[in-house]
Amino acid sequence: MSIEIKTTSVEPIRNTYSNIKRRFGDKPATRYQEASFDIEAVTNFHYKPLWDPEHMLNDPTRTCIRMADWHSVTDPRQFYYGAYVQNRAKMQEATEHSYSFCDKRGLITRLPEDLQETLLRFLVPLRHVELGANMNNSGVAGDCIAGTVTQMHIYQAMDRLGAGQYLSRIALIIDGGTGDALDRSKTYWMDDALWQPMRRLVEDTLVIKDWFELSLTQNLIIDGLMYPLMYEAFDQWLDEQGAADVSMLTEFMRDWSKETVRWVDAMVKTVMAENEANAVQLQAWVEHWEPRAYEALAPLADESMGRDALDTVRAQFATRLKKLGLTSQGVQA
Amino acid sequence: MATNKKKLSLKDKYQYLTRDMAWEPSYQSKKDIFPQEDFEGIKITDWDKWEDPFRLTMDAYWKYQAEKEKKLYAIFDAFAQNNGHQNISDARYVNALKLFLTGVSPLEYGAFQGYSRVGRQFSGAGARTACQMQAIDELRHVQTQIHAMSHYNKHFNGLHDFAHMHDRIWFLSVPKSFFDDARSAGPFEFLTAISFSFEYVLTNLLFVPFMSGAAYNGDMATVTFGFSAQSDEARHMTLGLEVIKFMLEQHEDNVPIIQHWIDKWFWRGYRLLSLVSMMMDYMLPNKVMSWKDAWEVYYEQNGGALFKDLERYGIRPPKYQDEANKGKEHISHQLWATFYQYCQATNFHTWIPSEEEMNWLSEQYPDTFDQYYRPRFEHWQALQEKGERFYNNTLPQLCQVCQVPALFTEPDDPTKLSHRSLEHEGERYHFCSDGCCDIFKYEPDKYIQAWLPVHQIYQGNCEGADVETVVTKYYHIDAGRDNFEYLGSPDHKRWQAIKGQKPDESQAAKPKNAA
Repeated sequence: MSIEIKTTSVEPIRNTYSNIKRRFGDKPATRYQEASFDIEAVTNFHYKPLWDPEHMLNDPTRTCIRMADWHSVTDPRQFYYGAYVQNRAKMQEATEHSYSFCDKRGLITRLPEDLQETLLRFLVPLRHVELGANMNNSGVAGDCIAGTVTQMHIYQAMDRLGAGQYLSRIALIIDGGTGDALDRSKTYWMDDALWQPMRRLVEDTLVIKDWFELSLTQNLIIDGLMYPLMYEAFDQWLDEQGAADVSMLTEFMRDWSKETVRWVDAMVKTVMAENEANAVQLQAWVEHWEPRAYEALAPLADESMGRDALDTVRAQFATRLKKLGLTSQGVQA
Repeated sequence: MATNKKKLSLKDKYQYLTRDMAWEPSYQSKKDIFPQEDFEGIKITDWDKWEDPFRLTMDAYWKYQAEKEKKLYAIFDAFAQNNGHQNISDARYVNALKLFLTGVSPLEYGAFQGYSRVGRQFSGAGARTACQMQAIDELRHVQTQIHAMSHYNKHFNGLHDFAHMHDRIWFLSVPKSFFDDARSAGPFEFLTAISFSFEYVLTNLLFVPFMSGAAYNGDMATVTFGFSAQSDEARHMTLGLEVIKFMLEQHEDNVPIIQHWIDKWFWRGYRLLSLVSMMMDYMLPNKVMSWKDAWEVYYEQNGGALFKDLERYGIRPPKYQDEANKGKEHISHQLWATFYQYCQATNFHTWIPSEEEMNWLSEQYPDTFDQYYRPRFEHWQALQEKGERFYNNTLPQLCQVCQVPALFTEPDDPTKLSHRSLEHEGERYHFCSDGCCDIFKYEPDKYIQAWLPVHQIYQGNCEGADVETVVTKYYHIDAGRDNFEYLGSPDHKRWQAIKGQKPDESQAAKPKNAA
């Protein structure tokens, strides 16, 4: 026996919006499709931007990369806003649990003072790198075109703000919520020789004009080296120093990075496959920025895990690049 | 590592979690990092004085927004599963949604793009963060609106190609040019236009009437979106007020620049809202309140109090406020009369108000409706009853600035069409009002660029020389389904079938003199 509720069935007159039908055929569409494709203005713009009279609004030539249709860059996670925030809400719930656990049990404050200082010197200043990444991705979201591409970058921008806030909270745990430790950590970022190549790199990315170059530099190259180094290798090194509990506070970054690699790689792969000129340009950018990112991370590796750790990360990154059709000059992959 | 320093206050803690992550750059100049901050002439002496309009860290943002989204999509699913479209007041109501999805939702996307840009461009990190949060909120709004309307699109016409239409259809250049104008301006003007004028001063006359209209007409999907977006909108409004006060407090030289922007964006917003006025008075089967009442409450009273408050900064009410106040008696009728004549070229239907509705209009507009507008509608009604539903087949003259057809009357003479024109570099330009003419005079180089739909049709840029070709090929209006008179339209017939009524063909849509 089964329960059968009688309902009236009403035949729809169409399955989805016309723009979705043109792309995917006359069938029911996913929420990702309806929310992402062809929702952006493409023609008949009224006024040239006063801040960039060389281009129109939503101008595809704000990058030198050419795509017949930027909507061919899609999100393997299929994130539209609702899916995005619900995913991140789950992640933050787990993270919140870890932070309050660490705080309540004093897992960080019971570490030797020099290890706490190590966290302030090596880990917490990454919050500034995150803020740079936040600005870069917000800028890309404003400059790039096609809903499938724009939305990934604003999610990325907000994620970086969130990651920077989590890193800041590590210092607030250390100083008991006074802000002292954050102030001290910031002096490392500003003045310590350890951080200056990285700070210079971040500031240099803030003046990149071509949005695709910026997305590639930030989301593929810098993150591609920095996340494995600072959240995997450095995490392991902390473990060896007796600070394994810090892992709980950076789990968000590792999970996030694993997920983010998917859309970044998908984007790069699609752009590379579009035409030869794109492939050549991406390779040129990799050659320019990958060594810069390596050099920016070198002092951090040298003064903690050792250069080998960075070289291993670099070799792994070269393998990742190779899968995308790119070569890293630094390492024979 | 304990110190004697006190625990941070909530305010200071939030600053540590936002603006303190920023730093004074030394490897690149601030000017190169923030190249758009100076050219408008706004002087910011100290970004530290920026008061965060709300304090929301990302973890809290994700949590709250996810809870809201979960509830919202549960309602959307239930609405679709139970065919909620059958429970609305009347199928005529859906035409308000057609106006909203083609006219307003694409603006939410434009807002997302605009706030993403200014969320990068300000050198004050507190302001950047607030703008970025609004950027992602605006993305939320366009996407949830598309999802809310998705079910309607499956059962009614005119919603099916909203973004394509937004870029092309003549009347949609009114909202589009408004947002293009703001987005093409510098970051401070953008915020004055959208955060202050649009979100703070006028939102109760734009966003709210559509949502209240949904509530009054049984549209559970849209009204649930409205409730869900309310807390976002509240944040956007506080940002709007903070922005204006911050700029005014930073430097006295900012005052005249901002005054000009307030004058401009008030008038531009007011002209855009004329579309909403017609929606409120004519398109909602169950009326929420008249446009005139809404204007009195939300602009004359609330706006009046706001500008009283801003007086201490040397700001006066918008220049053409008095004309707008006079217009409240007229604009909704003038708009509907125009769209009645031109719905062969729109993605929504129009109709003659019922006798009951005309009586409501007489009550709401005792000084104007019977005298100036009822006779017009009764004349057209008589024609329609004879089978000669009137369509105007000449293309209207558009205002160079607001792009509304020249349909408004002189502020003090409702029998005289308001028309201004001037010559600029050997070309003559036409305007609907002194307000729009002033805007042009201040920035002629900007407004001569306007993409005026009627001009473009005549210049052969819209895939055809006659209205029918333009409408079907260029606009993607499905002729005979999306457009023309409501009575006898496919939407009307389907609704009658849903309600078990017999179709009435007597005043049917397909007119003899239609284009």
